Amino acid sequence: MSRTWKIMLPLVGALLAVIHLLPIYVALSVALKRPTDLTSRWQFPNYLYFDHFKNAFLDGELLRAFGNTLVLTVSTAILLVAIGSMTAYPLARIRSRLNRVWMNVILGVMMVPTLSIIVPLYSMMNRLNAINTYWGIVLILTTYNLPLSIFLYANFIRTIPRELDEAAKVDGCGHFGLFYRIVLPQLAPVTAAVLILKGLKVWNDYEFPLYFLQKPRNQTITLAISRFFSDTSFDFGSASAAAVLAVVPVTVLFLALQKYFVSGLTDGAIK
Amino acid sequence: MPSDARSGRRAGLNRSRLVSRLQLAAMYAPAMLLFGAFVFYPLLSGVQISFTDWNGYSQHYSFIGLDHYRKLFRDPNIRTAFVNTLIYGIGSTIVQNVWGLAYAMLFNRKFAGRTVARAAVYLPVMISGLIMGYIWYFMLQYSGGALNDAMAAFGLAPVDWLADQRRAVSLILFITSIQYVGQAMVIYLAGLQTIPRMYYEAAEMDGVRAWSRFRRITLPLLAPAIITNVTLKLIGGLQLFDLIMALTSGGPGFSTHSFSTMINYLYFVSQNAGYSATLGIALFLSIMTITVVVNRYLYRKEVEY
Repeated sequence: MSRTWKIMLPLVGALLAVIHLLPIYVALSVALKRPTDLTSRWQFPNYLYFDHFKNAFLDGELLRAFGNTLVLTVSTAILLVAIGSMTAYPLARIRSRLNRVWMNVILGVMMVPTLSIIVPLYSMMNRLNAINTYWGIVLILTTYNLPLSIFLYANFIRTIPRELDEAAKVDGCGHFGLFYRIVLPQLAPVTAAVLILKGLKVWNDYEFPLYFLQKPRNQTITLAISRFFSDTSFDFGSASAAAVLAVVPVTVLFLALQKYFVSGLTDGAIK
Repeated sequence: MPSDARSGRRAGLNRSRLVSRLQLAAMYAPAMLLFGAFVFYPLLSGVQISFTDWNGYSQHYSFIGLDHYRKLFRDPNIRTAFVNTLIYGIGSTIVQNVWGLAYAMLFNRKFAGRTVARAAVYLPVMISGLIMGYIWYFMLQYSGGALNDAMAAFGLAPVDWLADQRRAVSLILFITSIQYVGQAMVIYLAGLQTIPRMYYEAAEMDGVRAWSRFRRITLPLLAPAIITNVTLKLIGGLQLFDLIMALTSGGPGFSTHSFSTMINYLYFVSQNAGYSATLGIALFLSIMTITVVVNRYLYRKEVEY
């Protein structure tokens, strides 16, 4: 590598970092400024002012929204891990024409856009009295996040050697016993990937909650923020504070688990 | 008696095979039930709803046959939404793949601050598209927006960024791309790391130019990463929803709508559930067709190499 490159690369890297973080910086600057402070948004305030954050928390009812989103995300994640791994095991191990069809069905479901089935899905859930219930939206979120979970698990299970399976089979272990006793304990790395990828997807979801959780009582973060944005259309500071607050948990999680995030995204993606 | 023993054993085998089949069915059952109830049933009932003039809540509706499908092809708003959907889908696929690959090539070199810069590029991927849209609003606002402030500093007149169709559509395409380019980047980075260094060393010794090394070594060996990225971006971009809702809600007029936001509009605002369901079927068929065709093409390319 030439000398010029050695000097240029860190500069380019720094420039890119600045560009990609710029919108978040501007939002933060808006959130931290007094409403009377009309200086440019590029200019960070040189005083501390947290009222916008207080407004966002109290008027935007963000705390409850955080709680609701956490409940949804954890329940969906548990179902995704349990059903995803259980479905993936025989899919990965048994070669049959039926399994090939089954795998294509799962890949097909991955391509169904949320909005394309929203009208019939809503009318069905309405008939089941499942609107505004947690069980309803958890089942829907599980269904639509299941294909990729199964796919990731199946890809991982294919890389586990079969010897242990065979030995257990000789000992008279059935499919389920094999899965539960031999395969499941080895799935920790891919489970981390599924939890991170899909947990994030559910946490950030907007379409399904928009339709299936319509009461302020059970709204999620994305819903709370979008409602807060339309309600406070002139209180930019508080609106911005709400958006910044929504970014905080994922940022902390990302910085803490960065290594797993990246491997979670790439494992199975390029095989 | 030998024959009895044999038939006894066969019965035992059959029973164990039956048990094995049942176990298999039990393991597949939860996923099958979920897909049946929440994917396939709605897909079919969506077709049925598309043949009616149902408003979304009434008990009464009548069958109107293919009327909605005919209307779909003549409706100028649907045509706009269709073109926009293609721009968001195919446009962001091309932009993010080229951009992401360029970043991956850059971050594949070692330099000071590399990890921090890479994390900064990747961080926005974690954030909800809806919230990213709201965050960008503070950049794009007409009065007091950060971009217009910067324009003023250079002596330029302020711009109403989202008021003009072309500019608004391009901005949505740009914002979704700059947010999610980090995802394409890490997948390409992982792909680049699977290419053995000696290929490049050998090519360099033979005097192969940098561009040819990229064309003949990097691109073909990145095929799996390219297929993954193209598929992911197509599926994501063709159903773009939350960013548009946050930035323009489809406006001004109907000019920035995608199929997804249009479905939401027809259902929520116009209360035309039948027509909305028809557009849903059109969206589903478009995504299926485009993704399958592009995937076929890419796989054929991969086999050629």
